[in-house]
Amino acid sequence: MEVDRLLGSGKLGKPFWGGNTCAEFKVQLLWLPFSSSKSKKTLSKTGVKNIVLVDGVRTPFLQSGTTYADLMPHDLARTALQGLLNRTGIPKDAVDYIIYGTVIQEVKTSNVAREAALGAGFSDRIPAHTVTMACISSNQAMTTAVGMIAAGQCDAVVAGGVEFMSDVPIRHSRKMRKTMLSLNKAKTLGARLALLGSIRPAHLAPELPAVAEFSTEETMGHSADRLAAAFGVSRREQDEYALRSHSLAKRAQDEGLLSDVVGFKVPGKDIVSKDNGIRPSSMEQMAKLKPAFVKPHGTVTAANSSYLTDGASAVLIMSEEKALALGYKPKAYLRDFVYVSQDPKDQLLLGPSYATPKVLERSGLKLADIDVFEFHEAFAGQILSNLKAMDSDWFAKTYMGRTSKVGSPPLDKFNLWGGSLSLGHPFGATGCRLVTTVAHRLKKEGGQYGLVAACAAGGQGHAMVIEAYPQ
Amino acid sequence: SVAVKSLGSSEGLKSEKYMQTTFTWTHVNYEIKGDVAVIRISDPNSKVNTLSLQMQKEMTEVMDEVMGNSAIKSVVLISSKPGCFIAGADINMIQACKSTEEVTRLSQEGQKIFEKIEKSPKPIVAAINGSCLGGGLEFAIACQYRVATKSKKTALGTPEVMLGLLPGAGGTQRLPKMIGLPNAFDMMLTGRNIRADKAKKMGLVHQLVDTLGPGLKSPEERTIEYLEEVAIDCARGIVNKKLALTKEMNMMQKIQDHVMSYSFVQNRIYSTVEKKVLKQTKGLYPAPMKIIECVKAGMEQGPDAGYLAESQNFGKLAMTPESKALVGLYHGQVACKKNRFGVPEKEVKTLAILGAGLIGAGIAQVTVEKSINTILKDITEEALNQGQHQVYKGLNDKTKKKSITSFERDSILSNLTGQLDYSGFEKADMVIEAVFEDLAIKHKVLKEVEAVIPPNCVFASNTAALAIKDIAAASKRPEKVVGMHYFSPVDKMQLLEIITTDKTSKDTTASAVALGLKQGKVVIVVGDGPGFYTTRCLAPMLAEAVRVLQEGVDPKKLDSLTTGFGFPVGAATLADELGIDVAAHMAENLGKAFGSRFGGGNLELLKTMVAKGFKGRKSGKGFYIYQSEPKPKDINPELKEIVESYKMMPNPAVSSDSDVQYRLISRFVNEAVLCLQEGILTNPVEGDIGAVFGLGFPPFLGGPFRFVDNFGADKLVEKMKTFEEVFGNQFTPCQLLLDHAKDPSRKFHN
Repeated sequence: MEVDRLLGSGKLGKPFWGGNTCAEFKVQLLWLPFSSSKSKKTLSKTGVKNIVLVDGVRTPFLQSGTTYADLMPHDLARTALQGLLNRTGIPKDAVDYIIYGTVIQEVKTSNVAREAALGAGFSDRIPAHTVTMACISSNQAMTTAVGMIAAGQCDAVVAGGVEFMSDVPIRHSRKMRKTMLSLNKAKTLGARLALLGSIRPAHLAPELPAVAEFSTEETMGHSADRLAAAFGVSRREQDEYALRSHSLAKRAQDEGLLSDVVGFKVPGKDIVSKDNGIRPSSMEQMAKLKPAFVKPHGTVTAANSSYLTDGASAVLIMSEEKALALGYKPKAYLRDFVYVSQDPKDQLLLGPSYATPKVLERSGLKLADIDVFEFHEAFAGQILSNLKAMDSDWFAKTYMGRTSKVGSPPLDKFNLWGGSLSLGHPFGATGCRLVTTVAHRLKKEGGQYGLVAACAAGGQGHAMVIEAYPQ
Repeated sequence: SVAVKSLGSSEGLKSEKYMQTTFTWTHVNYEIKGDVAVIRISDPNSKVNTLSLQMQKEMTEVMDEVMGNSAIKSVVLISSKPGCFIAGADINMIQACKSTEEVTRLSQEGQKIFEKIEKSPKPIVAAINGSCLGGGLEFAIACQYRVATKSKKTALGTPEVMLGLLPGAGGTQRLPKMIGLPNAFDMMLTGRNIRADKAKKMGLVHQLVDTLGPGLKSPEERTIEYLEEVAIDCARGIVNKKLALTKEMNMMQKIQDHVMSYSFVQNRIYSTVEKKVLKQTKGLYPAPMKIIECVKAGMEQGPDAGYLAESQNFGKLAMTPESKALVGLYHGQVACKKNRFGVPEKEVKTLAILGAGLIGAGIAQVTVEKSINTILKDITEEALNQGQHQVYKGLNDKTKKKSITSFERDSILSNLTGQLDYSGFEKADMVIEAVFEDLAIKHKVLKEVEAVIPPNCVFASNTAALAIKDIAAASKRPEKVVGMHYFSPVDKMQLLEIITTDKTSKDTTASAVALGLKQGKVVIVVGDGPGFYTTRCLAPMLAEAVRVLQEGVDPKKLDSLTTGFGFPVGAATLADELGIDVAAHMAENLGKAFGSRFGGGNLELLKTMVAKGFKGRKSGKGFYIYQSEPKPKDINPELKEIVESYKMMPNPAVSSDSDVQYRLISRFVNEAVLCLQEGILTNPVEGDIGAVFGLGFPPFLGGPFRFVDNFGADKLVEKMKTFEEVFGNQFTPCQLLLDHAKDPSRKFHN
C-alpha cells in the first residue's frame, strides 16, 4: 500500500501529523453537497418504516484494570443508560424494550440488560434481554431493535452494549466443580469429608477465559498475524496504521468531537470524562516492540492491536413517526444491514470484506456513494488485510463468488475520529460507538451515507448503511 | 548444463534495492535476493522431488556457482512444489545398481555433497514445507538452519528402514548428534514421520512458520512465499550474528546431554536398543542392526569410521533380498493406491452401512473421517448404540493423541447418522452390508435395501467367505452388486479386498475402488470364488495349524514358530482374534468347496471348542485365556483335554520346527499361486499386497509371490513333495508353481 493513500493526505510520503507531534493536523475533507452524484437520493422505501437513531452515548472507554476496576458490568451499562436518559430527556416509561450486547458474561448478571435497566431507573415494566455475537454484540442489539420496530412490535427501543474486562469469570477446574457440586448433595459429614479428602493439587488449577476460538483453539491475535502475512501486510504498515488511529483519536478528543462520551462519577474515585487508551507514539518506539503472538517473526504487536477495555454504550432507536411525535430531531436513519460468516480459521477477521459489498448491493449504493466509513479496528493488520481483500478482483472472484472487487474505502473518509485501536474496544459496546460516530461524522462533515463494518470471533461479520437525517 | 540468465521481476521487490538475477536449470534454479541466494527445487517430471542423479548434478552446479559469488552471503534452500520438500532418494536409482560397491559409491557421493553443505562458509537455511524424508531429511540436517511450516503435510523422517535400508547420506552420523541417541534411534529404527511441532521440540528444526489462509494468492502459494521470506530473514540473521545457531537448552536438556556423553550410558542404550530390535524383528530384518552399527562406529571411532560404515552397510543392505522385497512392497502399495478402473460416474456422497458391529462401525469411522455422509443402520438399539460408541471412541482416541481437536472430532461425527430404519436410503450412493455371514440373511437385507435405494446405488457385501454371485442371485440388478471385504479392525488394517462377479459392471467396481481409496485403503480387486483370495490362502494354513496342535505342539510353541517365520501374529493368536467360530465356519465352507485339499487338521476340534464356548478373545477363552489384562496371556487349561481327544501322532520326518514352518507357509503360498493360475488374482503384485497387508504375511519376504521368486520355486516344490508323501494332496503343488519350478528363469516379479 502506498504510504500517501494510507495516511489519507495529499502529500507524498510525509505523515500528515508531522512526525511525532499531533499539533499539525490538517485533513482535507471533501465537503460534498447533498445528493449531487449519489446513486440514490435516499434509501427511504415506500411501505417500509423509517427507523431512526435518536441519539447515542457511551461511557469513557478505559483500559481494563484502571479506574473502573472495582465495578461490575451492569454498573457501566447503567451509566450509559442514565447518560442516554439525560441526553435525550426521554421519560423513563416511554421506552418499549431494552436490549444489550455483551461477550464475556458476569454470571451473576447474565441478563445484564435487565439489571442495568432496573439500576438506571427505567420503569420495571420494560422488558429487557441480552444478546451475544462476539465483537458485533451491540450491532446485534441494535438490529434486533430495528427488527422489532419494523415488525410493529415496538416504537422505541434502547440498544446498547457493555464489556468489563477488569474482572472476568475465572472458574474452578471441572474436577473441582464436580467435587463441589457433589458436596452439596452429600448428606453425611463422613461423605463430605471423603469428598474434601479427594481434592488434589490438580483440582486447584483455575480455568481462565481466553480470547481464542473454541473451534480452532487459535487466539485472535495469532489469527490476525497469519492474516496479515497472508495479505503481505508488513510490520511497518501496521505500525503506521496504528499510529494514524491514535493520532486521529487524539485530535478528535482534543477538538471535542467525541461528544458521545458522557462523564462518569466512579464511586470512591474521580469523575472520568475521557477515554484513557489514546497514546500517539512514534514509529521508532513502536518498532521496538516484540511480536505478541507469532514468535519470533510475527508482525502483530501490543501497539498495533486493540487492547482490553472496559466500557458501555447505548443508543435510542425509534420509528420516525414516534420520534417526531415525541418532538425529537433524529440524527440518522438506520438502513440496510447484513450479517456474514466465513471460515473461523483462515478468514476469521475478514467479515468487513464480505459484508461491505453485500450491504451496498442490498441498498443499491456504490462504494463511492459512501461519505463516512467506520470500521471496527481489531488489529491494524486486520484492517489493512480487509482493505487489500476489498481491493482484489482475485479475492472477490475466488472466495466471495463475485464478479469483481468492491474497492477499498478511501482513507480520507475512513475512521477519521480514531478507532478501536486507539479509543479502545469493549467487545460488547463497540457497535453502538461505530453507529453513533457515523451519525455524528455525517452531520459534522455534511455527508449523506455512512457505512459501518465489523469483524467478530467465530468468523462472523456485519455491515450497516446509515443515512444522515435531513438538516 | 548451461545457465540461462534472465532478469527476474518479482513484484513488490522493485522498490527495494535488490539486484535480481534468475538462472534456470530444469530441476534446480536460484534467485538472488539482495545478498541471499534462494535455491528452489522442483522436479518437472514428478509430483514430488527426489534426489535423482539429475537433481544431484544440478544442485552441485548451482551450489558451486552460489559459493563462488562473493555478493552472496547466505543461502535459502526451498522447494517450489506444494506439499513436498524432498521425499527422499530416487529408489529406482538404487534399484538400478548391480553391486554392493556401486550402491556404496552412490552413498559416498551423497555423503560428499552433504559434507560440502555442512561445511559451507555461507550459512544455508533449509525451508521445509511438506514431506522431508530420507535423503531429503539428510539434506536438511546438513544445512546450518531449518525452518518448517506447521502444515499437516510437513513430515520429517527417515523411512529407509521400512525399505530394508539405512539413511545412507550422513543420516546415521548427524541425527544422533543433533537430537540425541534415543530420539535418533527412534526415528531411524521405526521410520516414523515426525510432525512439525514435535520436530521443533526435538531440536530437528529451529523455527516453525504458520500456514496461511487466503490472501492475494492461494493459501498454498502464499504459505511457501511466507516460508521463504522468514527463511531469508533467518539467513541474514545468521550472517549478522543476530540469530544463534546453537539451540537453546533448558536445564533438563543440559543434564540429559551431559549424562548421554558418558560412554557407559551410551553402551547401555546400544544394548537396550539392540535387545529390543532383536525381540521385535526376530533377527529377520538386517537393516535395524546395521543402523545401530553405523551409529556406534561414528560415536566410538569418529566420523571417518562412521561415514565409511554407513556407506558400506548401505551398499550391503541394498543388495539383500529383504530390502528388495520391501522395495517391491513399496511399489506394490503405490500401485494399489490407484484406481485402474477409472473415475466412477458418480462419486459416493452418502454411504449407508447395514450392521453396526465391529466391521460395520469400523467402516463408518473411516468413512465419516473423509466427510462422507454415513448412515449406520442396525436392527436393535443396543447394537446401534455399541456401533456408534465404537466410532466415537475411535475418533476420541485420536483427540487424546492430539492428532485431531475435540472440535474436529465433533465435526467429523456430525457426518454420522445412526438409525434403525431405512429412512434416507433413497439418497444413498452406495450401501455396504456387514450383517451376519448367512446367505439367507444377506438375501433378506439385499431385497429390503433394493426396495428403497435409487437405481444407480451400488450394493456392496462385506463378507469373508460367501461367494458374491450367490448373494447377487437375489438381486434385481446384479451389475450393481460387488464384494467389499474389510479387515478388522477396519481403522487399523490397511487392506480392502474388492470382489467382482462376471456381472459386476466396470463402473460399480470403479465406484467401490474409489471409495476404498478415499477411506485410505490399499485396494486389491479379485475375482469371485469361495474365500476369494485372502480367506482362501488363510484357510489351508489354519487347517495345517490345527493339525500341528493335534500333533501335540502347544499354542505358544505354534505362535513362536509362526512369528519366528516373520508373521506379526502367531497362528493360534490369529485364530483367537478372528474368532474360533468364524474360523470353523470358514473352514467348513471352504472345505465343502475345495474338498480334501483344505483338510489336514480335524474341523471337529474347532467345533468342540465352539460348543464349549471357547470362541476366542471375544468370549474370553479360546486357545488362550483373556482376562482384563491382555498380557501375559495363558494357554486355556481346558484346551489340553480337547486336543487329547483329537490327538495325532507326529511323523518325525516332517515335524522339525523348520518343517512345521514350511508346512504352514507352503500351503499358504501354493494356494496363492493357484489363485493366480485360476484368475482369481489379476497379477502377482495384488497377491503380495493382499497377503502382507491383509494377513500379515512376513513383509521382509515381500509376499507369497516374491517369496517363491527368492526362495526358488524348485526348492519349494521339493519341500512340498516331501510333505505330500506323508500328508497327501494338501501339499500337491499347483501347475503354475510346477511350471516355475521347471524353468528357473520364470519369475513372478521382474
